[in-house]
Amino acid sequence: MSTTTKPALTSPAPVKSRPARTRRGLRGSRTFNFWLFISPFLAGLVIFVYVPIGWSVYLSFFDARFTVTPSKFIGFDNYTYMLTDPKFVHSLGTFTVFAAFIVPTTWAMSLGLALLVNRLRFMRAFFRSVFFLPTACSYVAASLIWKMSLFSGVRFGLANTVLGWFGIDNIAWLASPDPPWYWLVIVTARLWLQSGFYMILFLAALQNIPGELYEAAAIDGARPGWQTFRHITLPQLRATSTAVVLLLLIAAYQAFDEFYNLLDKTTWGRPPLVELYYTALGTEQDYGAGSAGAVILTALIIVVTLFQGRIMGFGRGDESK
Amino acid sequence: MSAQSNSNWDRRSILRAAAGLAVAAPLAACGSNNGRGSGSGSGKQLSQMFHAYGEAGTEQAVKRYAAAYKNARVNTEWITSADYESKLFATLLTKNAPDLFEFHPQIQLVKSGQVADLSDIVDPVKNDFNPADIKSHTVDGKVYGVRTLDDPQFFFYRPSLFEKAGVKVPETLDELIEAAAKLTTGTTKGVFLGNDLHAVVNPLIWSAGADTLDDNNRIAYHTPGVIEGLKKMRRLFASGHMLLGAPTDYWDPSSLSQGLCAIQFCGMWAMPQFQQALGDDLGVFPFPKTVDSGKPSVYNGGWSVFVNAKGDNVEAAKEYVKWLWIEQKKYQEDWATSYGFHIPPRTSIAAQATKLKSGLGAQGVKLFNEYGHFDNIGWTQAMISASWDVMADCVRKDGDPEAALDKCDKAVERELKKLFG
Repeated sequence: MSTTTKPALTSPAPVKSRPARTRRGLRGSRTFNFWLFISPFLAGLVIFVYVPIGWSVYLSFFDARFTVTPSKFIGFDNYTYMLTDPKFVHSLGTFTVFAAFIVPTTWAMSLGLALLVNRLRFMRAFFRSVFFLPTACSYVAASLIWKMSLFSGVRFGLANTVLGWFGIDNIAWLASPDPPWYWLVIVTARLWLQSGFYMILFLAALQNIPGELYEAAAIDGARPGWQTFRHITLPQLRATSTAVVLLLLIAAYQAFDEFYNLLDKTTWGRPPLVELYYTALGTEQDYGAGSAGAVILTALIIVVTLFQGRIMGFGRGDESK
Repeated sequence: MSAQSNSNWDRRSILRAAAGLAVAAPLAACGSNNGRGSGSGSGKQLSQMFHAYGEAGTEQAVKRYAAAYKNARVNTEWITSADYESKLFATLLTKNAPDLFEFHPQIQLVKSGQVADLSDIVDPVKNDFNPADIKSHTVDGKVYGVRTLDDPQFFFYRPSLFEKAGVKVPETLDELIEAAAKLTTGTTKGVFLGNDLHAVVNPLIWSAGADTLDDNNRIAYHTPGVIEGLKKMRRLFASGHMLLGAPTDYWDPSSLSQGLCAIQFCGMWAMPQFQQALGDDLGVFPFPKTVDSGKPSVYNGGWSVFVNAKGDNVEAAKEYVKWLWIEQKKYQEDWATSYGFHIPPRTSIAAQATKLKSGLGAQGVKLFNEYGHFDNIGWTQAMISASWDVMADCVRKDGDPEAALDKCDKAVERELKKLFG
């Protein structure tokens, strides 16, 4: 005879629920807390971004030479002047050459670095840091190093020293636009400065690709290497690639530091921001024309960004598209 | 086991404090650091803006003079930017504008009411100033600035290298081009005119027998002689005998001192540094004539002090200018001759300056007197910029000189129309 003993069912002790503290006054207000945290940033945004933008648009309709509080309204004259100014129009051409080269090159280089670092079995963190470190360097500092040390026109510049070993005469890299060696200086500086940052973006995206996809592809007979990269990795990186291209394009539009510091007061190699700097803050101090140019440039960036988003499907949020 | 904190700080109070700090930070950033913070005098506070001189001791000297002034505390902003003019122009639009500043005489500063009339402090000593300096600061009979230094600019060269290469001192631009070719070796280039060639724009014009503007403020630089000169400059630029992309620009003596070139265009301010590096192996000559009908030229540059007429302390600033740049002759001589070599604009001080009485200093003064051209107050910064573009477009870029000058004409005409109607 067996006896079974049922365990006595005991009801769990009731949990003492602490009465919720009633909050009084502003401290209890979610709205107040929201504004408390948002307001400093909003104030900064309004004071340092929106007011200057608004002021710039306002100035663009006035004759504002040597003054930022003009009184002479001139309608669209500044816009007409900027759009017919060969220097400003040429600066857009300079930007196009620059962007056409720097965007795909940086994209390819940062993706290549990301793929290399991603494959590492050891010291991955070390190499990731090494490639990312230049991002922390100031563009001005890098430009001066490139100008005075690496690409100095005299015999003790690094590039000329290396050329000297092969019996090649000194090259004045930045002195003349013919041949346009200055592009080599500008492009290498920018590649060094920004490839690491975009490498990190690609690296994060690579590490988000599920391993099962590669396993499934292998089972289906996909060869590792180019075929896998072409049909698995690249489509999976589409959203990141789009974002990277967009960021690179905007960064190219905003190029200033290296051009300004490497090509001091030339009539070539001036992207739009440098041209606008010389118009508004240079010797002419024409804030009206400079502001009109800034508005034109902003409109152009918006149009190109929207167009590019439409082409590449930016913002659809679906990696696999 | 976690230690319990007795601190009264909880998560919310820390976040609240952080938010408070974030609110306060931008407001603190809008503080009032207008460069009037310190000084040693009493009473009013003044601020002055100077470009950074290359010679050691100059910054200390300016501050020392300011500290000796008893009627106001004078604070000095020492601007190291290569773009001093842009920085100055931009600052003059703000509340942080200096009460007095160093610059060159330019008519747009007078027309826009930016600089104060200093006739009342200059007139009593007008006859003691170099007449050309007074002329270059005068508009409609009123004097708008006080010259503090005259800086002739010319070529420095090493006679030993000339002798070795069998070269004589060039008297024409063609001879300069030939000399540069003979003086160029594996490690040394023949000539250095600065990295952007801006320094020789005016000398090139004057040596072609032309001028920037004529007496009626009309374009005077667009001549066949200048076009010829630009073509020759292009030849020199493309010859491989000109030092390009040097680590320092024309105003620094390093290129000649360090053996990077045999001839360097520079200013008299660098003479002591040249002598220290090269001893007696140093000579000077003016910018040679560009064409047969031309004449050698020397640009008598320099600096002047102006009072910001839109500032809050016009009278106090004028008092300080009067005290330092009119009354304190000892400081004026010290400023002109103790750091670099400059020619004092006051004839009485120049007459006493022993360093300029003999040797290379005296030769510099001779070139200044014989071939010198002073600033034209009507030749504004925007026009100067347009003339720099000519050098970039047709010498460095191998464009057509005629087209480059046409482009320059357009910019200069636009300025002239704004200034003179």
